[in-house]
Amino acid sequence: MRIGIDVGGTNTDAALLGDDDRVLAAAKSPTTPDITSGVTAAIRALDPPVESITAVMIGTTHFLNALIEGARLAPVAAVRLGLPATAALPPMTDWPERQRAAVGGHGYLCHGGREFDGRVLSPLDPDELKRTAADIAARGIRSVAVSSVFSPVAEDDERRAAEILRGELGDHVHFSLSHELGRIGLLARENATIINAALRDLATVIVESFGKALAEVSITAPFFLSQNDGTLMDVDFARTYPVATFASGPTNSMRGAAFLSGLGDCAVVDVGGTTADVGILAGGFPREAAGESEAAGIRTNFRIPDVLSLGIGGGSLVSDDGETGPRSVGYRLTEEALVFGGTTLTATDLAVAAGQADVGDAARVAHLDPAFVTRALGRIAERLAESVDRMRTSAAPLPVVAVGGGSILVPEALPGFDDVRRPGNFGVANAVGAAIAQVGGEVDRVFHVPEGRRDAVLAEARDEAVGRAEDAGARPGTVRVVDIEEVPLAYLPGGATRIRVKAVGDLDLNRIGSKQHTQRHGATAHA
Amino acid sequence: MDAGVLADFARGCAVLGSGGGGSPAAVTRPLAEQAIEECGPVPVVAAGELPEDAFVMPVGLIGSPAVAEERIGSRAEPARMRERVEALHGRPVAAVLCSEIGGLNGCTAVAWAARLGLPLLDADAMGRAFPRMDQNVLELAGLRPGPTVLADEYGRTVVLDHVDGPWLEELARAAVATFGGHAATSEYPLTAGQAARHAVAGSVTRAVAVGRGEGPPALLTGKVASVRRDVGDATRVLLEGTGTDAGRLVRIEARSEFVAALEDGRTLALVPDVIALVDVHSGWAVPVEEVRYGLRVRLHALPSAPVWYSEAGLRLAGPTAFGLHGLTREGAS
Repeated sequence: MRIGIDVGGTNTDAALLGDDDRVLAAAKSPTTPDITSGVTAAIRALDPPVESITAVMIGTTHFLNALIEGARLAPVAAVRLGLPATAALPPMTDWPERQRAAVGGHGYLCHGGREFDGRVLSPLDPDELKRTAADIAARGIRSVAVSSVFSPVAEDDERRAAEILRGELGDHVHFSLSHELGRIGLLARENATIINAALRDLATVIVESFGKALAEVSITAPFFLSQNDGTLMDVDFARTYPVATFASGPTNSMRGAAFLSGLGDCAVVDVGGTTADVGILAGGFPREAAGESEAAGIRTNFRIPDVLSLGIGGGSLVSDDGETGPRSVGYRLTEEALVFGGTTLTATDLAVAAGQADVGDAARVAHLDPAFVTRALGRIAERLAESVDRMRTSAAPLPVVAVGGGSILVPEALPGFDDVRRPGNFGVANAVGAAIAQVGGEVDRVFHVPEGRRDAVLAEARDEAVGRAEDAGARPGTVRVVDIEEVPLAYLPGGATRIRVKAVGDLDLNRIGSKQHTQRHGATAHA
Repeated sequence: MDAGVLADFARGCAVLGSGGGGSPAAVTRPLAEQAIEECGPVPVVAAGELPEDAFVMPVGLIGSPAVAEERIGSRAEPARMRERVEALHGRPVAAVLCSEIGGLNGCTAVAWAARLGLPLLDADAMGRAFPRMDQNVLELAGLRPGPTVLADEYGRTVVLDHVDGPWLEELARAAVATFGGHAATSEYPLTAGQAARHAVAGSVTRAVAVGRGEGPPALLTGKVASVRRDVGDATRVLLEGTGTDAGRLVRIEARSEFVAALEDGRTLALVPDVIALVDVHSGWAVPVEEVRYGLRVRLHALPSAPVWYSEAGLRLAGPTAFGLHGLTREGAS
């Protein structure tokens, strides 16, 4: 048996899954500031047979929230290898002031880096790095982010620089290396690396807290954290790459929706208290956003699900003209909504008045004008349908799966979408998504593809991705390639092509236990 | 040009890129912003405001936008380029001219002008983006490309002299490959008088206005209904009208830029027209390689500089230069 947990901003959701993957129990409880008590409360509500639990999978928004708040971040030394080629824009230049101040804004420009084809751009200068280390030590900084020009093509400089710095600074200092976190695009990759470095101390605390929470309810099984791409990382990995959890919330919801509905290709509408998130599943995995993404106003290039959010949720306020949102009563829904004895007309009240849902006291909304209710719900349906239509990737018919506590707002059919489903346990799809997560491996870098060698290069990349999934704890034989992307780079000679291969397989608990934590090198690090 | 104007300018440059020229958002806009913050706003002047014989240095980046996103530029490049150019010509540079306003290079010129403390001419050499270095109005005016200076961040420099436009393109691409796919360039050096007579006047002002959403109304508001990428660089996009445009279908042909917009066999816009798909949600023009199904866009077409519609202009950068045979401007906007 496994437990999936999703720690959201408002609620902590939990689901208990049997070995046959059936959902045996589900629970919701309020998220608490102290991390542990919300998790223990949710698990206790499941009332699981603790001795039969083999693994616990946790999705959390803690790290993203810490960045947004600019709180609990550690000071970081951002060392960039690329002089003189990158001096025009020092590290953290376009960060919001709050976040820059929170990490200290310490940037160091040093020599190093490669060309797109791996040639040396400028040689590393060990003396320069030693001087840099002295300054880092003098400032008492204990987390270092190293980024280097074209490190996704050639990572050696980042590794060597980290070795030299570690030699000076000692083993108690953490290193985050950019080639393990991002793709081509120095500034966005460097930003992701700095954010990761700033979260390292917090990661240790949070991982410990989760461990404590499980111990409190007498669960001794290993636990894992959800990554952006819907795959798992073990505790050791989570401490090293906390930034890889950033978008796990929407990913888990969508993966859970796929699992609960039995559909691998569909649109998912995840309606919470304040927003509805619309995404597209292809082959059971969320379609990822193209281009750059932002986290707390900082440009990064994490792979995150392509999600369109609109301000419609169960707690959304309904105005006199029948429009819903974006303002919401949020977590105070159970006090303020009419059906719960409050005085605020919310979207949930509309759903109850129309007979779409049975929550609270229906008598309290009996006075609403049926024509008004129909019109307001019709507008919600229209706006949801328009968003799904915007997200779809072809004109072919597409089933829509509605999940989340607020999905009672979604009618049985949307304009243009006849097939709308709300699977059982729709309210805890995110926790289910965490529980069913697999283990992944990814390759994403520039390959040189000489004429006639395309198949061989692709095979090499596939093998590497499969190997990484196995290194990360996937059971050999269950690993399959779920995505291949090939983008030839414009205006470059030599068939330079960015190739990305993603492989996933089933979690093999025996392998996790036996791999002695030596896998950091090359395990699935991509966000 | 201060940071506020720069934001509009960058959006406008993306539109004038006609889907090509690289995206200013990733690197060159932040570079220009940083340069303005460090060195102050950039005076933008009409070429006619300078003495006839004042010397003007054109600037731009060529090569792969992917490499530009890694090698984001050094502080010393602009000054070194100026030194080299001044040494070749034996006189001081009085102003900077943007080689290509469309795409990422508009902001490059702003960043360099700021770092050099020089005015930026309210003009450019293309009025938009084109894939080849010799597809510019100074070539049409009969100016010589040489001496052209190409340099990397280390000051490694190649000077091309006694070349015509096609040779410039050939030799510059070969040098850029050796430079690792990216270099700064200054080609078609000229005087303020020549710039006033031959460059595309008002480009910087125009980009700012376009970035603020001024200009003719959209030809169509709709969504991308299909994207087909063929072998080579040909891409075909189908737009489906929505709202008041429901029922309309527009086909867009693209190479490295959008080059034609067609409806019911009618030509709505044809290169050298600027053709832009503007994302209705972000307000940014979408590059050819980022167009995908479902994107909600406004289709805009803007005229290019008049000289592009002359016989010589069309020969250099008209439909046939992009392999579009049999398409006419019949009915074009």
